Amino acid sequence: MKLTLRIWRQHDTEAPGGMATYDVDGISPGMSFLEMLDTLNERLTVEGEEPVAFDHDCREGICGACSLVINGEAHGPERTTACQLHMRSFRDGDTIDVEPWRAAAFPVVRDLVVDRAAFDRIIQSGGYVSVPTGSAPEAHATPVPKAAADSAFEHAECIGCGACVAACPNGSAMLFTSAKVNHLGALPQGAPERETRVLDMVAQMDAEGFGGCTLAGECATACPKGIPLTSITAMNREWLRASRKVPRS
Amino acid sequence: MARTVWGSTVGKKAVMAVSGLVMLLYLVVHMFGNLKIFFGPGTFDSYAHWLRTLGEPFLHYEWALWIIRVGLVVAVVAHGVAAYQLSRRDLRSRPVGYVHTKARSSYATRTMRWGGVILALFIVWHLLDLTTGTVQRGFVPGHPYHNVVAAFHDWWNNAIYIVAMLALGLHVRHGFWSAAQTLGAGSATRNRVLKGTANALALVLTAGFVAVPVGVMTGLVS
Repeated sequence: MKLTLRIWRQHDTEAPGGMATYDVDGISPGMSFLEMLDTLNERLTVEGEEPVAFDHDCREGICGACSLVINGEAHGPERTTACQLHMRSFRDGDTIDVEPWRAAAFPVVRDLVVDRAAFDRIIQSGGYVSVPTGSAPEAHATPVPKAAADSAFEHAECIGCGACVAACPNGSAMLFTSAKVNHLGALPQGAPERETRVLDMVAQMDAEGFGGCTLAGECATACPKGIPLTSITAMNREWLRASRKVPRS
Repeated sequence: MARTVWGSTVGKKAVMAVSGLVMLLYLVVHMFGNLKIFFGPGTFDSYAHWLRTLGEPFLHYEWALWIIRVGLVVAVVAHGVAAYQLSRRDLRSRPVGYVHTKARSSYATRTMRWGGVILALFIVWHLLDLTTGTVQRGFVPGHPYHNVVAAFHDWWNNAIYIVAMLALGLHVRHGFWSAAQTLGAGSATRNRVLKGTANALALVLTAGFVAVPVGVMTGLVS
């Protein structure tokens, strides 16, 4: 396959960026999108040019490192991560636009790499369960109803890639935050911190400068792990419940 | 607590949802009352008079109407201010946009902001036209049937009302569904019903409101 790539190049956070055009040849339909970028980078290196910086790690669709907006869609045309997107989803001769996640809370570090530390700070604000550590507890000590376990697992699938923010017309992190809130809130282990968790995580989400939710539904469409839009509804319910229960200054 | 609700994007959206639902409830009643015009001047004018005597003798003349008006002003202001502040925030959250843009989300969703502005301007026009009569030449206070017929005599005024009601339909279509999610009422099993209700409300409200100018234009109401 022969392709024309238009890729966002930006030297650092402060530098102005722009789209640069590259032609790549010899791409096999079985290559992943990242392997296709590797092919380009090998050539750029040989030619003495700076290779295109992009985030990647496991390349198995489970780590959430890859973060490419391909032809205006987070992770591209398939409902998966960019590393699991294969070139057979494109046609020979296509022109493909590759851009980084766009959000004020995700500043560009270089080219296609963005800083997603805002997500880490949201997790730090409440995305945990406080338990005494030590020897492993007896497995049956805390019974977990099957429905709660299923719900928790569905939300635990979130890999924190940030595609929801990239796809949202408002750059909102509601789907990410709600996945974490619902994951822990569904389990008995998460119950003691149920109210403070949702209030603190939403407050941190707002403080990071993410936009608000307008229920456009783009996040759930883009999510490679299929976190449903109803996750946001459930978090709204949790937030309203918590704000009635917890008096805060 | 009130400060927390207003200070959070989730809380502010809840304020928008509640104020929107208040206005929606009012609109359903308003539309129902409007349709009385098809039963003739007697029915319509006496209904309008009844609205003023509502709650008597406990309430004085027109008090019920003024209580409703104050409630509506509170709802409109809360809705508008929250929408403005949240929209400002949303626009700031993506300072650099995508080069490759795609048509995202539905038409109703994308037109919520400008649709809301159109509706706000329309409310001003509507009040000047049929409540105060400021912009209407042949306005006679206390004779609503006559005033409605006179107002819809001009084609351009019909156009204003019909366009505004189409904007209302779109706004309600996304707004009702969105409000339900914001207040946590949605779920995987309930969302189909909520979407259906939103579409039905949008359709019924638009058709019900548009029926009046169309009725005058076609001579059904004269």
